[in-house]
Amino acid sequence: MMLYHDVLIVGGGLAGLRAAVGLCDKYDVGLLSKVYPIRSHSIAAQGGINAALANNPNGKDDTWEKHTFDTVKGSDYLADQDAAELMCQEAIKVVYEMEHWGCPFSRFPDGSIAQRPFGGAGYPRTCFSTDLTGHVLLNTLYERSVFKGVKVYPEWFVIALVNDGGQCHGVIAFDLKNGEIVPIRAKATLFATGGYGRVYFYSTNALINTGSGIGIAYKAGVPIKDMEFVQFHPTALIGTNILMTEACRGEGGYLTNKDGERFMKRYVPNAMELAPRDIVSRSIQTEIDEGRGLEHPLGKYINLDLRHLGAEKILARLPGIRNICLDFIGIDPILEPIPIMPCQHYSMGGIDTNERCETDVKGFYGAGECACVSVHGANRLGGNSLLETIVFGKLASFAIDEYLQNGEIKTDEGLLMSRKEEMEKKIHGLIREGKEKPYTILADLSKTMSSLVGIFRKKEELAQALKNIEAAKERYRHVHVSSPKLHMNHELLNAVELEYMLDVAHTIALGAHLREESRGAHFRRDFNARNDTDWLKHTIAKIGKDGEPVISSKKVMITKYQPMERKY
Amino acid sequence: MITASEYTFKILRYDAKEPEAEPFFETYRIKVLTGLTVLGVLLRIRDEIDGTLSFRSSCRSAVCGSCAMVINGKIDLACRTQVATFGSNTIVLEPLPNFEIIKDLVVDMTPFWNMYEKIKPYLIRTSADPEKEIEQSEEERSRIDQFVNCILCASCYGACPVLARDPEYAGPAALAKLERFALDSRDERPASALDAVNDEKGVWGCDTILRCIEACPKDVRPTDSIVSLRKKLIKHKLFGKGIR
Repeated sequence: MMLYHDVLIVGGGLAGLRAAVGLCDKYDVGLLSKVYPIRSHSIAAQGGINAALANNPNGKDDTWEKHTFDTVKGSDYLADQDAAELMCQEAIKVVYEMEHWGCPFSRFPDGSIAQRPFGGAGYPRTCFSTDLTGHVLLNTLYERSVFKGVKVYPEWFVIALVNDGGQCHGVIAFDLKNGEIVPIRAKATLFATGGYGRVYFYSTNALINTGSGIGIAYKAGVPIKDMEFVQFHPTALIGTNILMTEACRGEGGYLTNKDGERFMKRYVPNAMELAPRDIVSRSIQTEIDEGRGLEHPLGKYINLDLRHLGAEKILARLPGIRNICLDFIGIDPILEPIPIMPCQHYSMGGIDTNERCETDVKGFYGAGECACVSVHGANRLGGNSLLETIVFGKLASFAIDEYLQNGEIKTDEGLLMSRKEEMEKKIHGLIREGKEKPYTILADLSKTMSSLVGIFRKKEELAQALKNIEAAKERYRHVHVSSPKLHMNHELLNAVELEYMLDVAHTIALGAHLREESRGAHFRRDFNARNDTDWLKHTIAKIGKDGEPVISSKKVMITKYQPMERKY
Repeated sequence: MITASEYTFKILRYDAKEPEAEPFFETYRIKVLTGLTVLGVLLRIRDEIDGTLSFRSSCRSAVCGSCAMVINGKIDLACRTQVATFGSNTIVLEPLPNFEIIKDLVVDMTPFWNMYEKIKPYLIRTSADPEKEIEQSEEERSRIDQFVNCILCASCYGACPVLARDPEYAGPAALAKLERFALDSRDERPASALDAVNDEKGVWGCDTILRCIEACPKDVRPTDSIVSLRKKLIKHKLFGKGIR
């Protein structure tokens, strides 16, 4: 069996759905999703989406240019400024579009979309729907895709991207329900597969966020970019690491140490709790490392205190946070502070794309968290990730439309069939006797990443991480899966994804080891300042003939914001 | 202090691809920290004890709706249920009722999505969109709040006694979704849009015994939406009123 679509979209989150909605009237579109689209990780985003609507009484003179400046400064000047400009301009249009499609945003008394302050932003421009903004946006786009009749393949997983001489021919997919390996031919393929949070042991991300899409593209010879830039969110619930939105601080929440001190005044007195995430995470980690954290059987922590906001505001603006605290740690934030620690949250790096979502490979596109345009550079601002998914999902649909209009595109069935046979052999090869279970390798890998490639990094630890990853790759050769049945075999899925996660982790650690400076979320204790002379450039990793990464660099696009010291 | 205890998990096993094999309960004994969730235990069982076990999961924070199942006789999300909340150290897990089983705890949700799609779950407008946002007051926004919160986990669908006897019934989630749009001040669907649910397969099929409300992990009250849709239909019939 072989399937065909003009456009194949992989990923049913916001970026994938937005692209599908934009293309399905004109083309035969198929959307593959590892889970039902509505289960995608976009659903878990809480705080909001940035757009300079200037609705907030305290932000009437906000503009997309100011949004761009905040984004570029927040990125520690590693963002490509033309792409950031485009995103911030488009922001206003896509927020209105989502509203017209039914998104139930919270409102100001004049009936306009409500906006709240967020970290690193000079204006209160984060549009939101209580603290369930990802939930409402994903529901709205899914509803739109139902209205448009988008063809969805739920619980289908891509196991290989098929490229040949710089041209993409489609993918080899795995139908989890039926346990079948199916080649899918397509003129254009878009990956919107999400981030790589789960290569870290401590992560706010869903279990599905393995980054395997990035690994699949990399294995197929597509360059990937800036992998060393990993965002650590300041406030994750201890134990489960569930996200406590930045909106907690946007609405006025405090961070306090064991002495009850609002310690941010010693780090960033002007911005306090609303400094950008990289800076707040380092401040929290420093408090904990220097003995001013609090103790809990689940680990050391800092308090996120919302009590002074009062029950009414918490119930109106942060109801989801309250429910999570009640469900998962038995704490009511109206009455008690929330115990938090920083942990992995977002992947700034990813598939190297331009502002048209194009990659090095013709017919292959990337959008959303799996892509690196780069609009976030070395550190993403809160409220810009939901924005990126929708804007670049939309722009991908424009670019793909142009590509399909411009002449004949030949896809090679024979190539797909031979790749399918290879993948069949590989999958059956995993079902065998062996001494390694996928989860033990992943547990060791992710612990290495959390302890040695974390918030604070240094050369010796990064070198050790690279050794550990090499050892994990060696162990992977002996991995085995228990059941010979292919359908609904989640252990098999884990084993397949693990191979790609090993490459993703490798490129993160390698990029971090090579980049001898501190910029945004990448902080080197042994090189603790930004170095624009040597390092104002993107890191590019491409798989070499021997399977090892080959590293090169790429220029950062600067338009009108000259790099300067990043002070808040 | 967090302590570890030995638990016995009895999990329903079945594979629709081997219909001759009867469903059975498989027993797993595992030592877990008492703070662990049912999903946490399931992941450990699959990783460490039995890689053949199938169940769905993703967000592990009660927002994605993947892991609804029957836990000691009660429907809930496995990710938000702590093992220590039961009086006993034996926990029985079964797949959601009112669905065909695909494998173990994984059910075929197709009928659920079909019902969802049937009620036209999207904003319908006849007037042109303004350049900026369609104005809506916070009070109007708050009217749809509880229905917006639905995570489509199908807990209500599994709990519904009407669906148990009539698989063609629309079910609580789809009707609550319809009410979410019918109540939205921006929606302009005609009253005739409710015709599709104006029968025993729709709003008149409900027994109003509130099992869906009891089962919902997100405090949505589908029965309220069904009663409200019934009122709208009656008002429309008697007084020719629109649906708002």
